[in-house]
Amino acid sequence: MKITGRAIRLPADLDTDMIIAGRYLRARDRSSWAVHAFEDLDPTLAARLGGAVLVAGPNFGCGSSREQAAIALREAGVAAVVAPSFARIFYRNAINLGLPIAEAALDCVDGEEVEVDLEAGNVRVRGRSPVPIAPLSPRMRAILGAGGLVELLKGTS
Amino acid sequence: MATLAERILGAPAGACVDRVVDRAYAMDGTGLLALATFRSIGRPLARPDRLRLIFDHIVPANNSETATLQAELRRFARENRIALCDVGEGICHQLMSEGDVRPGEIVIGADSHTCTLGAFGAFATGVGATDMAGIWATGETWLRVPETTNLRLSGRLEGGAEAKDLALAYVSRLGMDGATYRALEFTGEGAATLSMAGRLTCSNLAIEAGAKTGLFYADETTCDYLAGFGVEASPQAIEDAEYAEKVEFDLGAIEPLVAVPHRVDSARPVDRVAGTVIDQVFIGTCTNGRLEDLERFALAVKGRRVRVRTIVIPASRRVLADAIRSGALETIVEAGCTVGPPGCGPCLGTHLGVIGEGEVCLSTANRNFRNRMGVGGEIYLASVGTAAASALAGEIAPPEGAA
Repeated sequence: MKITGRAIRLPADLDTDMIIAGRYLRARDRSSWAVHAFEDLDPTLAARLGGAVLVAGPNFGCGSSREQAAIALREAGVAAVVAPSFARIFYRNAINLGLPIAEAALDCVDGEEVEVDLEAGNVRVRGRSPVPIAPLSPRMRAILGAGGLVELLKGTS
Repeated sequence: MATLAERILGAPAGACVDRVVDRAYAMDGTGLLALATFRSIGRPLARPDRLRLIFDHIVPANNSETATLQAELRRFARENRIALCDVGEGICHQLMSEGDVRPGEIVIGADSHTCTLGAFGAFATGVGATDMAGIWATGETWLRVPETTNLRLSGRLEGGAEAKDLALAYVSRLGMDGATYRALEFTGEGAATLSMAGRLTCSNLAIEAGAKTGLFYADETTCDYLAGFGVEASPQAIEDAEYAEKVEFDLGAIEPLVAVPHRVDSARPVDRVAGTVIDQVFIGTCTNGRLEDLERFALAVKGRRVRVRTIVIPASRRVLADAIRSGALETIVEAGCTVGPPGCGPCLGTHLGVIGEGEVCLSTANRNFRNRMGVGGEIYLASVGTAAASALAGEIAPPEGAA
């Protein structure tokens, strides 16, 4: 699975409150979270997430277990998230939802085209040398490959 | 020789294991998302007797939309005979700590602060809604056995320092991602000196350093505490283990600390921020809303008046009832504080004391992220003693007894 998109740089230790604020959590409409994604960080960001590769600093998605954070990114059309490390609950949530994430330290600037190759296990800024992605466990690959945990469990019932 | 996490999960660090979950719980927020996901899986509940649904995040409901969503979850619990702790029973982690969780169990909660229950020597960790839905459907989950950071405690807390100060100290020492993917294990003779409430406070902040759980070995203190709820438990033998990292803390050297906006790992001595003007003080949450906390607060404000609006929220109905019986609540109300219904209160910024733009709150909770308790507000995190002294002074002040 090869994914390409324009980079949006994000800071280190970005918590899930910043991805989707607590005041928006109680809703039935999942697309409502995409509209408010990163609102407290940069209110213009939500509109630019479609097709983007988020390239964040370490510890992306720390804090609350709210899955609305990962759902918001997926609903907004984020192509993939790349960071040197992820908070573990966000990491599981993303995999469970089938949102591609890659643990890698990628040096790039906003707007550069980024390629994420989950099969080959690397990520690169177009035209530059690849940076390896920390390998996913077989279990996580199976979940991501099925399109998420729901699809995997449906398939094994 | 294995770490406590390795012993409970029955495999060495790094292994990926499938395990039957002993206890699983979700709250009003994650429970709703889990319900939608569970329905889309299309399987029956695997082990309804091991599940709990606990309404604590927005209780009572703050508007009719929330109330309607909560009614749906309530209906699901009743129809499927899932134990339901409705509005006013208390915070999920606190309720699970009142005689439910036992040493050695695997406990999964759909809330990040599930790590709190590691204080019982149980492998307790938080997950998101889809993982919880998977547990509803299968009774199992997969876990990667974590490496462990050992926090070795010596000495004893003194001079106005509390377990919360130790918690802020270790999060600051490790950093917000210093224990990501790992477990914390608190050992040493200092660990034995901490009360059960203090251990729960310490374990509660494990996630703020990125850890999966914060483990204490069950000892006499644990067993005595559980016996108070009619639960029999045995101490866990401590083994030498291979730790990924060891960090030592002399409890006698821990001083009262304050974490400043907007990072939990930013703790500094309270003197360095003393005099900071505050608009609100909040005592409560899964960090510091237990009876010991309310009694400590009451003792400090007895016969005096707070100078800023002060919100006190017991962690559970049991804590509320006990605080009424002990007289702590009367003291707190007479000191001018506002008491809220058991639950998370304003911690996550939805109601019951959210702060306004430019306002400053000194809180005993566990997160001071930007905008968390209200857009444009600032949160300082501290112990109950520091909160009491600050409420009385109207500005951040060191607790009584501080050197």
